[in-house]
Amino acid sequence: MGFPHPSHPRETVVLSEHFGEAAARSYQGWIERGGYAGLRQALAMAPDEVTNVVKESGLRGRGGAGFPTGLKWSFMPKADGKPHYLVCNADESEPGTFKDREIMRWTPHALIEGCAIASYAIGAETCYIYIRGEFTEPLRIMETAVAEAYASGALGGNVLGSGRRIEMVLHRGAGAYICGEETGLMSSLEGKRGNPRSKPPFPAQAGVFGMPTTVNNVETLAAVPHIIVRGAGWYKGLVMGSPKSPGTKLISVCGHVQKPGNYEITLGFPMKDLVFELAGGMRPGRSLKAVIPGGSSVPIMSAAEVEDCPTDYENIQANGSMLGSGGMIVMDDSTDLVYQIWRLAKFYAHESCAQCTQCREGTAWTTKVLERILAGKGKTEDLDLLLDLSENMTGKTICVLSDSCAAPVVSGIQKFRSEFEAYISKAQKPALVAV
Amino acid sequence: MADDLVTVTIEGIQIAVPKGTMIIEAAKQAGVLVPHYCYHPSLPAPAVCRMCLVEVEKQPKLAPACVTAVADGQVVHIGSEKAKAARQSVLEFLLINHPLDCPICDQAGECELQDYVFQEGRSGTRYAEYAKRYSPVEDFGPDILYVPNRCILCTRCVRFMESVAQDPILNVSERGDRAYIGIAEDQPLDHPWSGNVVDLCPVGSLLSKDFLHKARAWDLDKTASVCPGCTQGCNITIDTRDDVVVRLRPRPNLEVNRHFICDHGRMNYRWMNRGDRIEAPLVRDGARHLATDWDTALDRFGEILRGTRGSAVILASGRASTESLGLIRRLVEGRDVTAAVQVPLGDEAPLASLPNLALRRERAPNLAGAELLGYGRDWSGAVAAVGSAAVVIVLDAELSPEEQASLASAPGIVVLLGTVPYDGIRNAALLLPVTTMAEENGTYVNRDLRVQRYNQARSQPGMARPAWWVAGEVLAGPGPDADAPATAAQAFAMLGETWDTFGGLSYADLGFTGHVLKPGTPAGATR
Repeated sequence: MGFPHPSHPRETVVLSEHFGEAAARSYQGWIERGGYAGLRQALAMAPDEVTNVVKESGLRGRGGAGFPTGLKWSFMPKADGKPHYLVCNADESEPGTFKDREIMRWTPHALIEGCAIASYAIGAETCYIYIRGEFTEPLRIMETAVAEAYASGALGGNVLGSGRRIEMVLHRGAGAYICGEETGLMSSLEGKRGNPRSKPPFPAQAGVFGMPTTVNNVETLAAVPHIIVRGAGWYKGLVMGSPKSPGTKLISVCGHVQKPGNYEITLGFPMKDLVFELAGGMRPGRSLKAVIPGGSSVPIMSAAEVEDCPTDYENIQANGSMLGSGGMIVMDDSTDLVYQIWRLAKFYAHESCAQCTQCREGTAWTTKVLERILAGKGKTEDLDLLLDLSENMTGKTICVLSDSCAAPVVSGIQKFRSEFEAYISKAQKPALVAV
Repeated sequence: MADDLVTVTIEGIQIAVPKGTMIIEAAKQAGVLVPHYCYHPSLPAPAVCRMCLVEVEKQPKLAPACVTAVADGQVVHIGSEKAKAARQSVLEFLLINHPLDCPICDQAGECELQDYVFQEGRSGTRYAEYAKRYSPVEDFGPDILYVPNRCILCTRCVRFMESVAQDPILNVSERGDRAYIGIAEDQPLDHPWSGNVVDLCPVGSLLSKDFLHKARAWDLDKTASVCPGCTQGCNITIDTRDDVVVRLRPRPNLEVNRHFICDHGRMNYRWMNRGDRIEAPLVRDGARHLATDWDTALDRFGEILRGTRGSAVILASGRASTESLGLIRRLVEGRDVTAAVQVPLGDEAPLASLPNLALRRERAPNLAGAELLGYGRDWSGAVAAVGSAAVVIVLDAELSPEEQASLASAPGIVVLLGTVPYDGIRNAALLLPVTTMAEENGTYVNRDLRVQRYNQARSQPGMARPAWWVAGEVLAGPGPDADAPATAAQAFAMLGETWDTFGGLSYADLGFTGHVLKPGTPAGATR
């Protein structure tokens, strides 16, 4: 179906097949659509086999980093006598990203099934779904679905009659961006302030409550049942660009397009077609100026860079940005990029957890400099200052929030320097009142 | 080379350290300090200040030295351009909201922010035209103020309360550059060990009200000492300004007190500054005491001891040094002696995470030493024995009015080696001015039988001398005698002649962290 638009013929509809069908939300409705066949099949395999199928499929983490999922599962220790945990990261808070929300809204059992398979593969008896605090509707739907799954024996002490125990706990976050970072999420889940932690130890060694833990994104886990049912070869074959980026990906397109929404593409799909064909292109009389392809944390791409870029991990990186979470923010020529970058920096300054010095002070300072530039009080050397601050904020902190603040600033200045200079030279009217 | 050692090269210095050692500690062993703020050897390392980033060859990113374990063959650069640039940027970030009110800040002179900025910070700011964050000073507890403007959010205080004291009332509140150290509502920071957060604070953000604006760090003289507060024997530094004790701080001894002292010990120094001291030897002449010189006083003391038979009583302070307790005890050798050490009692206050560290009930730092030297704990029995003793020696004990009354009516001869006069000594034949532990060198033996040295932190008042010197001179007899101990070390060495437990032990053997005695075995044999 697709939601809010019917699926475009050029989409590869796997995860989004039942978006918009309210009936798919119920356990019965999900069974009628072939649900839980993957879990049943997985339970008949050895856990390592399940991991190998996922490894073989080439599935990569859909939360942003793109780490191979099967490989991550294989890091979990074997027969160590400790409780293992699966944590599903449903704290989708990356600006511009709204794909996990739709998965949970329309196909909650797809996620539950994926979580159960992954739990089985890594030897976890408990799965936590850490769900973003603002997601009230997805939470309600998930709560109903989890209750139904328990009632139907798909969760609990004897999953689908296999004798395996898989418990599922929905944990609602309190609305902090940083709790979407996996170690921050774990701290929050433990009842502490959501501070990211240094790695090592990695979650597979010491994660939630100090126990071996795997953290996977909603979309990643939702893809797992399909891979089990249809086979690793099928998934691996879904390639339009780099062979290292197989499978389908939900791209949340927002901003200055005619038809914002989620579009499921085979990775490698031309970005230009995604924006202009699937998402309906620019408003009349407007032209494309820039795209932030992977949620607000990645470098900005200019229209020229979008032109010939296949949408996959490798090719976007080759074009100076990252696929990230697949939250695509499209901006047309009416956009004041300096203002938008300031707005993003303000977001990161607000959300910094305050642990690392560079991030705590750097995000706020960056915001202030941008504010002055927007207020018409900028100086020529401010651009060098911004670049230097960004350099000092990149690759030096526990998590990448500070890098994420620097990415749009650096790429913005590199690619749209004249817009900054226009404010500084007062050719452009101040957009903010002096600070 | 042993399997559990790895070899690393830090700043060109090759060093073998145990596997699992963090780079920051390995660097210390190589003699190189990696600048840091949040790291502290007695606290869990969160790696948040990012000051200790170092360059590790073959690693693309700088590594936090506090949480990066050494690996065999690793080459670490601390002073490289890349590492220095990272530190410089951290310092710049830390300074943008720092008030730079060093001229009125107690921490100035011993401030790690000041030190590192001076060492390698930028000479000017690039944050000149923006307002700094401002928050008013907060009253955290009986002795602690929080100055949020100066705070660099290293979270040492939070982690101390959380992990060491296990009374997690401090937290980081708010996010981003609005963050500050918060305190649980309606809960003062009054844990018996809370004063340590002031020492742990690398800047002047947590301040002791007791020390507030009392002295500049560079005007302080620092003396290594041992806390006279209880039998734990925490290592301390006595800070004096113009010969007045203004502050006690912990001195690291991983075996005894790690890096901490309790608030009782920290505040227990005012008596060291008393001005009403006995400053000259006084000999009783009828109803009055007349000042005299030491020769006369010592001769008189010798005459008293030689001229009496019968039992002796020693009432000694629990703060007396091992040397003094030992030599005073030897003065009455061969008699029927009742020797007791005074042990004031208080509440025990443990430090949750460190099982062998607590403010102990027995508030006598040398209780164990006194017991090894033949002093008992039966104080009231000893006071009662005054009524039948031929000689009573009081060594700086603090007597209650009732105890003073029995001393005043003592039938025997009373000799007081004391610091301050009181009513009960009006009949004493001799009043000899002695030094306090702050005014002499000496040793204490703690509850684990660890002998630890303390050093003279301020000058003695008037003619006051250590009690061991007085006893040593009397033991040597009248006139100049080369055998009389001239130093605390010599007095200490004399203990072994009488007590095997101290046999063969010298000051040189005690080192910086002390020496644990084994009763019944000459120390010299076990060391």
